[in-house]
Amino acid sequence: MAETAENHEVSDVVPSTAETTAEVEAVLDAPVDRGEPILQVRNLVKHFPLTQGILFKKQIGAVKAVDGISFDLYKGETLGIVGESGCGKSTVAKLLMTLETATSGEVFYKGQDITRLSGRALKAVRRNIQMVFQDPYTSLNPRMTVGDIIGEPFDIHPEVAPKGDRRKRVQELLDVVGLNPEYINRYPHQFSGGQRQRIGIARGLALNPEVIICDEPVSALDVSVQAQVINLMGKLQDEFELSYVFIAHDLSIVRHISDRVGVMYLGKMAEIGTDSEIYDHPTHPYTQALLSAVPVPDPAAREGRDRIILTGDVPSPANPPSGCRFRTRCWKAQDKCAEEVPLLAVPEVFAGKKTLAAHESACHFAEERDVVHAA
Amino acid sequence: MTTMEKTANVPEPRATDDGGTPLLEVRDLHVEFHTRDGVAKAVNGVNYSVNAGETLAVLGESGSGKSVTAQAIMGILDMPPGKIPQGEILFRGQDMLKMSAEERRKLRGSKIAMIFQDALSSLNPVLSVGYQLGEMFRVHQGLSKKEARAKAVELMDRVRIPAAKERVNDYPHQFSGGMRQRIMIAMALALEPDLIIADEPTTALDVTVQAQVMDLLAELQREYNMGLILITHDLGVVADVADKIAVMYAGRIVETAPVGELYKRPAHPYTRGLLDSIPRLDQKGQELYAIKGLPPNLLNIPTGCAFNPRCPKAQDICRTETPALAPVTEADGSELTGRGSACHFWKETIHG
Repeated sequence: MAETAENHEVSDVVPSTAETTAEVEAVLDAPVDRGEPILQVRNLVKHFPLTQGILFKKQIGAVKAVDGISFDLYKGETLGIVGESGCGKSTVAKLLMTLETATSGEVFYKGQDITRLSGRALKAVRRNIQMVFQDPYTSLNPRMTVGDIIGEPFDIHPEVAPKGDRRKRVQELLDVVGLNPEYINRYPHQFSGGQRQRIGIARGLALNPEVIICDEPVSALDVSVQAQVINLMGKLQDEFELSYVFIAHDLSIVRHISDRVGVMYLGKMAEIGTDSEIYDHPTHPYTQALLSAVPVPDPAAREGRDRIILTGDVPSPANPPSGCRFRTRCWKAQDKCAEEVPLLAVPEVFAGKKTLAAHESACHFAEERDVVHAA
Repeated sequence: MTTMEKTANVPEPRATDDGGTPLLEVRDLHVEFHTRDGVAKAVNGVNYSVNAGETLAVLGESGSGKSVTAQAIMGILDMPPGKIPQGEILFRGQDMLKMSAEERRKLRGSKIAMIFQDALSSLNPVLSVGYQLGEMFRVHQGLSKKEARAKAVELMDRVRIPAAKERVNDYPHQFSGGMRQRIMIAMALALEPDLIIADEPTTALDVTVQAQVMDLLAELQREYNMGLILITHDLGVVADVADKIAVMYAGRIVETAPVGELYKRPAHPYTRGLLDSIPRLDQKGQELYAIKGLPPNLLNIPTGCAFNPRCPKAQDICRTETPALAPVTEADGSELTGRGSACHFWKETIHG
């Protein structure tokens, strides 16, 4: 769908020809150059069935959590994904981790479609794609010591750290994330929220992954601690050449950390581009509304800013509107929006023009509107 | 007492008849919790005041005592383990801490109301929202069930819940997060209180919904000329709606200022650090400034200025002497109304 001719963002997938498990593993271990795509997501769909009845379950519909999204993640970059709750951002994270099975579509990791892998090959993929979770209070087992938590990945992937080395390796990891290596025998409750999130990050780093999926990694933290964790993540990215998929609802933080940003609405990608394209030159009405609603910590900007207040809530993903999914809340909606699904592509008005507004946006009536800067 | 037609039409704004007495004044309030591990000093001498029609934002991180202060004002602190050893809470000049439980109960809900953060856990899941909204009228005004339900529909209309008549018998789980928060607001507004305390009213909501809810709250506040205490950690929300700000740290107010002033020229290193540590929406910055260290443990607050272990400006005096909230002036000594800073070096922070 997104792979149209004028589309320059989504690169061509070169599928790997590996057949046997050993070949696949070799492909997965091959290095990727900086700036080359490492993850390529194509028309990814996840529908959760809605069933009725207890014994003879009958499907009566589906929650279309993710409904055909495509994007690339390049080596060493951060792709931010923003959107309101219920738009499918976390489902995307789970699909990338292969914690959920995709209904259709592909996720290519180094040219290998990981949605179809199983067994040893899948295990190798999981070693390279790790996750940092939102809530540092529930994502750490309270009965395990920090050393056990961070070292647990080594039990599953013993080839990364030989048995005798593990304790040393865990202490190194604690040091890397800015915790005292002597804390190895402490339990999670002895740490504050920010420190726990550091433990979560250390666990994510344990297997030397290439991609880290961060699902709202700082939203549970206090403002002063948030900055510490964000800076740490930036430092680690440079140090280990990590690629991040950074999922969050705080648009200021996403801009700060991301090289490119995708805006999701109700299971679809509404707009995707570099941080400046999205924040300074948004062309999709939803992005504009979302950005204009962010309260800016500057009272002088109270008056000067263009404010768009959307009416209503996000519609149910079990029964999304026809055509453009945003049309029920959009002030520009016309008949065409109800009939035709807008494709995620560079809008015709901007095609070929040398402007930052020329990025992919799924709107029939895309136009540029600056909502972030005070007039 | 309010009558049917009074809520139906827009009520007259209340006259500020008290000749200068603020609507609510908190004086030297202390709250402590007696726990197994020792005494946690959650609030250590807080002073603030709110007038009718005014919005005071109380800004602080978790554990700074902002919510505990609000609970003490509402009289909903768990005592024990909570204890108020010292302080006054004056509502229209009367000390609420000296009132009997019955007197306070009459104020609560009808004169001072509270909006809580998490609407789903603050609403009773087994009662319809209409019943819960109507409870205010049944208990405080002795209306019948039928009358109370009619009032509930009216209230839901006021906070712009679509199809209020059809939805009055729905249960909390049938509403979205934003709608639930509107119900909480409706409940707080039910008896047209003089003061509303909103404890992180939009923290659990998406930005687009947050904007709707904050707009609604501001509009209703203007209409009823209520005082509003907005408790939050979000510097953005504060900039949008507040008139004046009190920044709290470790149970004390460390800085007070009118909203514009605080963002332009913070007079306390903690406020400055907070402002520098938030990323900006309108430009891409380099590395964020991060306040080092962690907020203090309330069982063991550092001596002197509680912020001293994290402060870039800390000197010996900061470790020994607790700075009082002193008035902040211009460099030439002229007065800055409403500004105060509890820092030994506020002059250097604001002017240097």
